[in-house]
Amino acid sequence: MANMTLIEALLMAMDEELARDERVFITGEDVGKRGGVFRATQGLYEKYGATRVIDSPLAELSIVAIGIGAAMAELRPICEIQFADYIHPAFNQIVNEAAKTYYRSDGQWRVPLTIRTPYGGGIGGGLYHSQSVESFFAHVPGLKVVIPSTPHDAKGLLKSAVRDPNPVLFFEPKKGYRAIKGEVPETDYTVPIGPARIAREGRDISVFAYGMMAHYAVIAAEKVAREDGIDAEVVDLRTLLPVDKQAILDSVKKTGKALVVYEDNLTMGYGAEVAAIIADEAFEFLDGPVKRLAGPDVPAMPFSHSMQEFFMVNPDKIAAAIRDLTAY
Amino acid sequence: MSTETLALPRTQLSEETLLEMYWMMLLSRRVDERAWVLHRQGKITFHVSAIGHEAAQIGAAFAINRGVDYVNPYYRDLALSLAIGTTALDFMLGLFAKVGDPFSGGRQMPSHFNSHRLNIISGSSVVASQVPQTSGLAFAIKYRQTQGMVDPKDTSQPRLALTCLGEGSTSQGDWHEGLNWAGVHHLPMICLVQNNVYAISVPIQSQMAVKNVADRASAYGIVGVTVDGNDVLAMYDVMKEAAERAYNGGGATLVEAKTYRMTPHSSDDDDRSYRTREEVEEWKKKDPISRFQSYLQAEGILTQALIDDYEARARDEVDAAHKTAEAAPSPAPEDTLGDVYAPLED
Ligand SMILES: Cc1ncc(C[n+]2csc(CCOP(=O)(O)OP(=O)(O)O)c2C)c(N)n1
Ligand SMILES: [Mg+2]
Repeated sequence: MANMTLIEALLMAMDEELARDERVFITGEDVGKRGGVFRATQGLYEKYGATRVIDSPLAELSIVAIGIGAAMAELRPICEIQFADYIHPAFNQIVNEAAKTYYRSDGQWRVPLTIRTPYGGGIGGGLYHSQSVESFFAHVPGLKVVIPSTPHDAKGLLKSAVRDPNPVLFFEPKKGYRAIKGEVPETDYTVPIGPARIAREGRDISVFAYGMMAHYAVIAAEKVAREDGIDAEVVDLRTLLPVDKQAILDSVKKTGKALVVYEDNLTMGYGAEVAAIIADEAFEFLDGPVKRLAGPDVPAMPFSHSMQEFFMVNPDKIAAAIRDLTAY
Repeated sequence: MSTETLALPRTQLSEETLLEMYWMMLLSRRVDERAWVLHRQGKITFHVSAIGHEAAQIGAAFAINRGVDYVNPYYRDLALSLAIGTTALDFMLGLFAKVGDPFSGGRQMPSHFNSHRLNIISGSSVVASQVPQTSGLAFAIKYRQTQGMVDPKDTSQPRLALTCLGEGSTSQGDWHEGLNWAGVHHLPMICLVQNNVYAISVPIQSQMAVKNVADRASAYGIVGVTVDGNDVLAMYDVMKEAAERAYNGGGATLVEAKTYRMTPHSSDDDDRSYRTREEVEEWKKKDPISRFQSYLQAEGILTQALIDDYEARARDEVDAAHKTAEAAPSPAPEDTLGDVYAPLED
């Protein structure tokens, strides 16, 4: 066990996968000598060489498409999109190509591709370095969508993504890259894609979140436990697609109250699906309305600190929402 | 390098191979014509045709290691697909979207050729999206060779990746990004643009300001060649040279085959609104099959008796394929739900 940051855990996962399987390679902008703009691939170029850690041209569509082709040829590409905000040029390649290849070929061609990308705001990135884009992709059967919130899960889930025979979108909470720390085994373990994780057990209310918001939700839950004696359960969804319905239902059946937290804008966001699942299949267990706490419905997160903080969901806002719903 | 190439690659083709090329062109034409008939009869709902493109595709197919090298085709590649090893029945099953359709199990529209066994890649309908993916396939070939995972001379392994598309589709950014990778990484790849002058109704002058698609090769640092796509042997020569270049570490080639689609874009199109009958008639005189046939007859390789044989054989194959496909059952409705995710390996 070692205590490390989320980004160190990601680097460790990639290092181990490169060492384990010579079919694994990494490509993306500045992933080589620079080690990535966030340094997620630091040292890998020196260790594995230019054939396996490849600076791509500055062109996201082709970063993904190269990955798709190489994956169809049974290599195991890890493609880095420098910021999730820049994944949009590759949208067609992900949604029309990677996601549909297995289906359209009647199960003949697989696309064992991992696309890593930092997402989310609160880092002074303005409109185009702050976006949360997971709900676009969580709407696409054929893709798997993963968002870790702890270093332990980051390493284990990324290793699962690399080994998965399907295209996996791996969104990394960039605000938590260095802010989130935790214990990470140095062993070769994986965390399965699919199951959610109970990040904090509780009896009064269920908080559903992922990524940075799952981290914040735990902080908020501790705060209301301390200050208000509220016992909140935090469910870290971890895998957004396929969705772990059972974990959602089990938790809400126990507590009777559901708060869904995400930093993306509210309307049509991932939390809408979580709310719909609960309304559909746990209606009679509910002891209050299903609430969503999310970003405002504006085009993107502004740069100015005051507006950024207005946009961002944070532990205090989550704590307030927990109190409100618990009091209902 | 080309000055050392004394004899054209075509001179290496045996009479037997030349006849096989002729046969494949003929079979493709007859299968294609039957599809049009079936559409007129209301037995199928959609057909997109390769008529006029047979020389370009057969010349290309015979220049590569068929069934081994990766081929990422587009919807007009019926002759190419047949030459690589799919059958008239495969095509018909796809046309009728029946059980046994080996391309997609009835999920895709017709002419979305695919065979994992033959390294034909399943594509979407999104034009040009296959080009950067083909760069990825070529990248994988080079990666395996560089890493010592395969012997570059091992002909049982794919050694190049070929993709095809129309000239209109080269306006897409995917095409640019794909060729850019091919150039930067010196990939064993061939991009064959079948330039039939139109993208549905839109003529080439509305797609690009250069005269030839292949003129743009220099922008990617790769070799570009323009060739008469209705001359199967000229196609073979150019493609063979491109294949050798790929096999020998010489990088990618952009081949532009100038040809013409002798039918409307698809069974949903009426080409009378955008091109004259005179123009179509002019091009019919350059029909790639009659042209090759005349050549082979003049060379004494093909006789009328042999032509009659081939025609009879084509008719039998097409009849049998058509009958079998028409009689085949439709997929179970629940097949809609299958193949969303590939199962995990243990
Ligand atoms: C991205 C995209 N846009 C539009 C279409 C509709 N479409 C299908 S074929 C075609 C014309 C293609 O022309 P060209 O590339 O010249 O190929 P050709 O059909 O002439 O062989 C169009 C517009 C499509 N399939 N994909
Ligand atoms: Mg065209």
